[in-house]
Amino acid sequence: MEILKVENLTMKFGSLAAVDNVSMAVKEGEIVGLIGPNGAGKTTFFNCLTGYLQPYKGSIFFKEKEITGLRPNQICRLGLARTFQVVQVFKEMTTWENVLVGAFCRTRDVRQAYAQTIEVLKFTGLADKKDQLVGNLTIADQKRLEISKALATKPKLLMLDEAMAGLNATETKEAIELIKKIRAQGITLIIVEHVMEVIMSISDRVIVFDSGRKIAEDVPAKIVQNPRVIEAYLGVSFHA
Amino acid sequence: MVKMESSTLSFFKNPTIIIFLIILFLLPHFTQNIHFHHVLIMFLLYATLSQAWNFIGGFTGLVSFGHATFFGIGAYAALVLLKKFGLTPWVGMLIGGGLAALLAFLIGYPVLRLKGHYFAISTFAIAEIMERLFLNWKYVEGAIGLPAPVLEENFLNFMWYKNKLPYFYIVFIFFLVVLLLAYKINRSRLGYYFRAIKQSIDAAEGLGIDTAKCKMVAFILSAFLTSLCGSFYAQYILYIDPPSVLSLDISIKIVLVTVLGGAGTVIGPILGSAILIPLSEYSRILLGGTGKGIDLIVFGALILLISVWQPQGLVGLFRQGRK
Amino acid sequence: MDLNIILQILLSGLLMGLIFALIAVGLTLIWGVMDILNFAHGEFLMLAMFLSFWMFSLWQIDPLWSLPLTVIALMAVGWLTYRLIIKKVLHAPGLTALLATFGLSILIKNLAQFFWTPDFRHIQGAILSDKTLEIFSLNFNLAEIVAALGSALITYLIYYLIFKTKTGRAIRATSLDRDTARLMGIDIERIFSLTFMLGGGCVGVAGALLINFYYVFPNVGSLFGILAFVTVALGGFGNITGAFLAGIIIGMVETAGGVFVAPVFKYTVVFVMYLIVIMIRPKGLFGW
Repeated sequence: MEILKVENLTMKFGSLAAVDNVSMAVKEGEIVGLIGPNGAGKTTFFNCLTGYLQPYKGSIFFKEKEITGLRPNQICRLGLARTFQVVQVFKEMTTWENVLVGAFCRTRDVRQAYAQTIEVLKFTGLADKKDQLVGNLTIADQKRLEISKALATKPKLLMLDEAMAGLNATETKEAIELIKKIRAQGITLIIVEHVMEVIMSISDRVIVFDSGRKIAEDVPAKIVQNPRVIEAYLGVSFHA
Repeated sequence: MVKMESSTLSFFKNPTIIIFLIILFLLPHFTQNIHFHHVLIMFLLYATLSQAWNFIGGFTGLVSFGHATFFGIGAYAALVLLKKFGLTPWVGMLIGGGLAALLAFLIGYPVLRLKGHYFAISTFAIAEIMERLFLNWKYVEGAIGLPAPVLEENFLNFMWYKNKLPYFYIVFIFFLVVLLLAYKINRSRLGYYFRAIKQSIDAAEGLGIDTAKCKMVAFILSAFLTSLCGSFYAQYILYIDPPSVLSLDISIKIVLVTVLGGAGTVIGPILGSAILIPLSEYSRILLGGTGKGIDLIVFGALILLISVWQPQGLVGLFRQGRK
Repeated sequence: MDLNIILQILLSGLLMGLIFALIAVGLTLIWGVMDILNFAHGEFLMLAMFLSFWMFSLWQIDPLWSLPLTVIALMAVGWLTYRLIIKKVLHAPGLTALLATFGLSILIKNLAQFFWTPDFRHIQGAILSDKTLEIFSLNFNLAEIVAALGSALITYLIYYLIFKTKTGRAIRATSLDRDTARLMGIDIERIFSLTFMLGGGCVGVAGALLINFYYVFPNVGSLFGILAFVTVALGGFGNITGAFLAGIIIGMVETAGGVFVAPVFKYTVVFVMYLIVIMIRPKGLFGW
């Protein structure tokens, strides 16, 4: 099933088209990588998909139902969750409380939500830090928390916006493992990243944005050889 | 390990709270001093008002400078219905609460989506408009004010003349109920949602929270409870006019009490009220008579000093103590 | 409706509006740079007015000549307020700063009432007192015209400072991103002090000009303060041009409201107008 389908999506700010007539589809269970230079429109694209921005034109379908124009909270409850490039944690709450908020998406009961929270924290490896105030967490942990919050809403499709930015080599490896674990749970993933090794190693397919347009879409091995991609983004031929 | 008990009764298991409540309840019985009774009643009233404001202002983070509107609606509704229709203030109070909730819904719809400061100024603008309207509304006697009718003093009429104790009992119950409500909500999904909205509204939306609806719930709840307090006040003071129930001073006092004590905490309103209200009432009783405003000088200086010395609010003192 | 009367209303409104604008510019500057709502702004204005008043009453110094002194005094007040109070609450939760400036406003207002009594005071016999100017058969209070022009001039100077000087650029940088500005070598402390001084200076000028035709009394700050806040919100928090235009609009709406609705409702009309505008443009007319 095509869990996500985007048709002719355009988003304008004034006369600038930040997203220009983009169409794409994601199959259930895939990991799709989304790459492109800064300012290519990737985050704007995310924002349109998740309801933070109302697109100028186009349609978005999630699980074959149209979600264009829905509010972010409605989209989340339908099963599409996202993380933010700049982590949006709840600063005055502890780690577990942050995830609890996400767990409340699926249950009103505090006890149930708490149980769900502990499960998620164990899954993402933050269980031992659950009582810490988020301000005391490292960047890597904050990013993991960001993912944990989203996971607590039990999404079918998870969109990660530069979840690896600022991580060192070890942390990046751990993050990749986590993503694989998430996929193993049956969650489809769209990942925006600048770290090429990550994208190439885990994506089934890669979509390339440039100046708001989709300029390429293919398996990782072919993408790195695509001359348009090289010109726009990679600079030199990338050898995996 | 966190005790995830949603049971409200667990609140009562805390011995400090029990002792505090018992002492509080017994206090007025130790003395006949009516000033003391009055201050105690006002302390409880403002602790309740502040707790009600806290839902929208402290937890959800939408600072309202116009809560006197709801206070005034409650006051006028109860008294007018009593005076013109002989309706018992207990019912009048509920009607007032309903009107306040309705108003909150109507103005909340456009105003709640405004960002922080714009929202604050809007609430303030609405409150000023209301005060001005009531000042010029003949039906409620406008600026002349509305005295309570002279009725037999009893529970149904919600009126006592010499004895303040019945008022104390009633406001004590208000205080207790709202305190329990705040405590319960704070530990529930709604309470977490309120705080999530304050701390990151984008993240909140992205986690499935209908932020518009939550804000509205906070606002309406707050308005309703504030209105009930207003009805109580009308029956207590037995005379109201727009400056005494609809003025900016009241709105600001509520904000001050909450912020001083620590906005966004359940105990903050109690702390803030415990400090500010006796201060404000006693300095008026002792110094205000001179008409020179010495009481307010002291009041202002103290607010200034406390905010500079303890920026987290008085709650901060406790937090530091625990560390 | 006589064209003359309409013109009179509009121009009267414009004159007061320009003064509102200057007061609001000082306030919006402080907010834009430091994210602080200075509740005591109106009280600063009141201090400026009283200062000018006393200098005239006691030493016969005309407000026009004592204006620079008043401005300097108010800049000092702004500086002191920053150093002693604001600095301590900058890192506290937002509401604390509100509490602090509010406490300050109550303190100043009531100290003024204590020392100077609640009586309304009015200057008589100053250079600008009780003189009218006739323009195209419309009569205007000369003092009002001078105040309006003076306000417009100072507002322009502030605008020039902020947008066309190096210091102004530093101020703008600080208001956009405090941390980056610090990293780029801007002395944030100095900018903050300066901003509060400028805010004080604005009300210093406004107060010194107002005293020529407006009554002063301890509570006068409340009214102007309230209007300043609505002006700042209407124009968009942190936006100087916005505050300027909003001030003029509010001046005109206030005057028109007083004439066409009722004098008691003139501020009500302003508030209703504000609410209507903010529904259509949630960030004020020019906010961002």
